[in-house]
Amino acid sequence: MTVADGTARPRNPAWDRRRTALRSFTREFWASRPGRYGLLILLAFVVLALAAPLVADRSGLDTAVARANDVPQWASPSEYPPLGTDYLRRSVWAQFVWGSRVSLFVGLAATVVTIALGSVIGVVSGFLGGRTDAVLMRFTEWFLVIPFLPLAIVLASVLGRSVWNIIFVIGVTSWPATARLVRAQVLTVKQRLFVDRARSLGASRTHIVYRHIMPNVSGLILANATLAVPISILTETTLSFLGLGDPQRPSWGKTLVEAFENGAITLRAWWYFVPAGVGILLVVLAFTLIGQTLEQIADPRLKGRR
Amino acid sequence: MRHIDTNETNRDETNRDETTAVTSDVVVRITDLAVHFGAAKAVDGVSLDVAPGEVVALVGESGSGKTTLIRAVQGLQPVTAGSIELPGGESRGRRRRPDVQMVFQDPTGALNPRQTIHEIVAEGLRIRRERGDETARVIEALGRAGLRPAERFLHRYPHEISGGQRQRVVIAGAMVMEPRLLLADEPVASLDASIRGEILALMRSLVDETGLAIVAVTHDLGLAWNIADRIAVMYLGRIVELGPAEEVLADPQHPYTRALLSVVPEMERMEQQILVGETPDPARIPTGCRFHPRCPVVASGEAARLGIEARCRGEDVVLTERSPAHSAACHATA
Repeated sequence: MTVADGTARPRNPAWDRRRTALRSFTREFWASRPGRYGLLILLAFVVLALAAPLVADRSGLDTAVARANDVPQWASPSEYPPLGTDYLRRSVWAQFVWGSRVSLFVGLAATVVTIALGSVIGVVSGFLGGRTDAVLMRFTEWFLVIPFLPLAIVLASVLGRSVWNIIFVIGVTSWPATARLVRAQVLTVKQRLFVDRARSLGASRTHIVYRHIMPNVSGLILANATLAVPISILTETTLSFLGLGDPQRPSWGKTLVEAFENGAITLRAWWYFVPAGVGILLVVLAFTLIGQTLEQIADPRLKGRR
Repeated sequence: MRHIDTNETNRDETNRDETTAVTSDVVVRITDLAVHFGAAKAVDGVSLDVAPGEVVALVGESGSGKTTLIRAVQGLQPVTAGSIELPGGESRGRRRRPDVQMVFQDPTGALNPRQTIHEIVAEGLRIRRERGDETARVIEALGRAGLRPAERFLHRYPHEISGGQRQRVVIAGAMVMEPRLLLADEPVASLDASIRGEILALMRSLVDETGLAIVAVTHDLGLAWNIADRIAVMYLGRIVELGPAEEVLADPQHPYTRALLSVVPEMERMEQQILVGETPDPARIPTGCRFHPRCPVVASGEAARLGIEARCRGEDVVLTERSPAHSAACHATA
């Protein structure tokens, strides 16, 4: 499916309108304080993740190198800047920086899978209705009742422990909720009078879906996506916590488990778990702020409400 | 009045005998139309011709099938039986015609909140992939609908304008298609009293200027009196009285019409007749005259005195002429 125009219209005015729309969108987004902060926080983490090799040497994750260099265990940030070390003499800063890559990547990729599957199936099911709806919804329910953790454990053991499998597991288990939500919204939008008006004007189904249904469910899809990112990040954390994460890569989830399992709290080694925890918190917050702002802009009726 | 040419060549062979009658003096011919929802017979045998430049008001209580009737004509509602003929072919099911357009009761709901006024009015043109200067046509349509200067409205959103202006936008969006027939579903029911008159005047002026025909659904007889040339009174899926507006209002032939009129505040000379009971369930239409369980003529015993009570209870009535162009479906006044 492409979001290309179903209708022919003169090229130039259309592009002009789109350019103006984009410009006013950017301006509106920046004018909103939550959106601005969310975007800045997210950008900071994206830059951090991209610049990982520059700001934190990967050798900080290597226990053999650390031992050879006489790096102390459980060193506090003052002893071993910037964030101290863990029980294996690894740099917490390096774990934090490299872990942000995995967390962001898994969060975004799993969300793309979830939202793409969920919204396509939801829109098709809700709009076409009838037999298509019945078949798709039974299919969705089948996925909905699959218990998440057993599936994740089985898939992880069958397919091996890797980032891609985690993305696959999160995607496969979380799209049904999105599909049902989108379908419900499509069902209500479909009943709105403006859809009747479009039909009176001779609109095709494609036109109605792209011009009337999609614009009115996009806010919901967007809100759902911004919720799906933090949930995916948290799910990745959970799976890592249960030892189903990728053993090759550091992630925030893995840092938290290891801190938990090795008694960081008892040892008051706050520097071990706080960065990963705050990282998760900030990324989740950033997505929520951005999502809210996007929704506010996408729905002109919410304007002026803060 | 604008001359309307009919496209004789596009007609189906199957309704050849009827199409001969559909000439330029009719913008829609409804014949024995029925729309059923399962057991509920919302529209149950309606025939109506509408001429160019004419305003027909469909009046009746909620549930009388007025809205279903015009939705069927618009092609928004599958037809169970009967036919809806338009010059140039039938309009049934999914085939919709640009020359039949609709104005809705709730203009707020009829406008997509995420489209600008420009996009809304231009939508029909875009759907039909019409060439030419879209903006110019949009501005012209807005101006004709009384939104001037139109340029000020182009880039606004529906929530930024008033209810009356929204209804004007809906009308502009319909008029840009240059329809021959405009179906209006309670066009002013959701508007402020002060704005109703303006919208009605606008509709009347469109009829006078373009030869457009309007079928307006309303439960308000005063409105019907204001803009309609003819009034069709509907009861439980049927037209029970049809005639020129003045005649129907001044000399109602059907007891249901009389009852409706008697409760209009301005009609002081009439004795109020409050109908007992709700509109019956369209899934269980009474035998005989479908109005008889609520009919004041039957209830007062007048029908029995006239010796027609058995017919009222057992024999279906059809529209019969009382005077030229004025007909009613009632045993008592036949």
